[in-house]
Amino acid sequence: MAEKENDMTRRQFVRDGLRGGALLSLGGLCGFAWGRPQTTETVWQLDPYKCVQCGKCTTHCVLNPSAVKCVHSYEICGYCDICYGFLAPKYNQVAAGAENELCPTSAIVRKYVEGPHFEYIIKEELCIGCAKCVEGCTISGFGSLHLQVRHDRCVNCNECAIAVACPAQAFKRVPANRPYLIKGKKTAPHMDDDKRNGTQGQSA
Amino acid sequence: MRTRFAFVLFLLLACPCTGFAEDLTLPEFTSGYEVPSPTRPAPEAGFQDWIDIALLAVTLSLATFLVLRKRSRRGVFWLMLFSIAYFGFWREGCICPFGAIQNVAQALFDPAFILPTAAVAFFLLPLVFTLLFGRSYCAGVCPHGALQDAVLWKPVKLPAWVNHSLGLFAHVYLGLGVLFAATGSAYVICQYDPFVPLFRLSGSVNMLALGGLFLFVSLFVGRPYCRFVCPYGAILRLFSVVSRSRVKIYPDRCIECHLCEDSCPYGAIREATPAAVGRPKHEDKTWMAVLLVILPVLILGGGWLGTHLTEPFARMHATVRLADQLNEKSAENKGELPDEIKAMHRADRSTASVHAEAASIVKSFRTGTWWFGAWIGLVIGVKLIALSMRRARSEYEADRGTCVACARCFDYCPGEKGLLDPEIQARIESR
Repeated sequence: MAEKENDMTRRQFVRDGLRGGALLSLGGLCGFAWGRPQTTETVWQLDPYKCVQCGKCTTHCVLNPSAVKCVHSYEICGYCDICYGFLAPKYNQVAAGAENELCPTSAIVRKYVEGPHFEYIIKEELCIGCAKCVEGCTISGFGSLHLQVRHDRCVNCNECAIAVACPAQAFKRVPANRPYLIKGKKTAPHMDDDKRNGTQGQSA
Repeated sequence: MRTRFAFVLFLLLACPCTGFAEDLTLPEFTSGYEVPSPTRPAPEAGFQDWIDIALLAVTLSLATFLVLRKRSRRGVFWLMLFSIAYFGFWREGCICPFGAIQNVAQALFDPAFILPTAAVAFFLLPLVFTLLFGRSYCAGVCPHGALQDAVLWKPVKLPAWVNHSLGLFAHVYLGLGVLFAATGSAYVICQYDPFVPLFRLSGSVNMLALGGLFLFVSLFVGRPYCRFVCPYGAILRLFSVVSRSRVKIYPDRCIECHLCEDSCPYGAIREATPAAVGRPKHEDKTWMAVLLVILPVLILGGGWLGTHLTEPFARMHATVRLADQLNEKSAENKGELPDEIKAMHRADRSTASVHAEAASIVKSFRTGTWWFGAWIGLVIGVKLIALSMRRARSEYEADRGTCVACARCFDYCPGEKGLLDPEIQARIESR
């Protein structure tokens, strides 16, 4: 009987030791991993200068329709009459209409402004983030149409499924208080996010 | 395509509306038109994370109280439903502790990686509670486990050898998750989580089908993901073995009726053993010595075998895949460039730098896969040793590692419910 009691005590001692060790190493692990200087919480965003308009933003987002949508940076738009972000390559006439439009969901609205200038507005509720207009605008225009993760939709997955599939590795984490990488007059490829965000206009 | 390029060429020559961002000639508007700005909807407020962490702490404490003090299956069940509703469908199962393993692993190896507060809290809190009180996280807080537990309909007891062998997979998955996260390649635990697409009510067909399959299996086999796949469960199992307190079966209420053992869908209740078991026989001691000797062999051999996985595993990293594509392309110099190479050119990334980066990643995988193989060897060795250890039990006991503290057994125990005949009660007490 006495031997059995000793067994219990020894086992208990070993258990206590292991438990203490586990608690200490947990503390150490998390202290080390967490204790580094860091900024705010982060959200996902895509760098429009890296984007190759592959169309995977539509298909790979866990949400349907995707949280990635086209945004229009009006300040760098040419307001062209013949806009290759709006018009399909083999358009019949320079006007709205499914046979003329590049956008598969007719999410771009063409509005006359003045002279030879037209405004192109994106209806976000229709946009599926397919990047066809982005491709047209980037190749034949000013590149003012580009894709961005929209944070009123994005659920901020621990790992973004689009980020995994993106052939350009264009997705990265950005601080939550500056969650957009929208192109602007003073932005350029390979620019620091800080510099880029500093040039953005009024917040919406 | 050719027509389009012809048009572009025409436009470049004729239309004043072409140019590049650095050389802008924006239109001058005279009619008073103001150039609008694109909208920037903000992400959800940061305090949501703090609410989650607070609720996690509260539900963990509540689960512990319900299992250890109150011993109430009903309480645990309702807590499970709350967890499915809040942590599951409302928060869509993200962030979860198994995902957080990867965040912590990546933070350890990548100095630039920012570790979110929620990830640390979700990783740490359930582990601390388990070290102190047993697997109360699994009991009532984890939405994945709760979902499986809630749909359990006709439990089928699996034979012990199936339990033991399938249980090893969870450790393999843990190793894979840590390896791929530490090298910054992929979050495989997130990618292959079967229940989050169900909580989100959207996802790829494959993942939804996998989720449906797990749910279907959960109708008959209790908590298949928890017992055989969950990488966090692998850690919790180890921690629970050394926990300070856990689900206890009180001997002064036990008449050894076996009802609790039969009712446990996870085969986690062990009956009392005859006294002779406690004394190890000569063959047992020899076998144990053999196992202790082959343990280092298993670890080192596993490590060596693991290094053979370097090439296939390294391909999980996008840069290594890109380097492969570059090699393929330079070998056969025809056909359209794949998107990845086009993107590389657009980002002004030189071929040389990609190859250099890929080489260093493959090197880190060589070390990583060694540790992965050694980990598998260690797990198998320790499993064999644990299986060969004979322990005498004088009373019924819930297995420290396997018991998920679901509190089902409390409902079935007549002693627990005060249903014992007073005569039998007296006999037990005088034991």
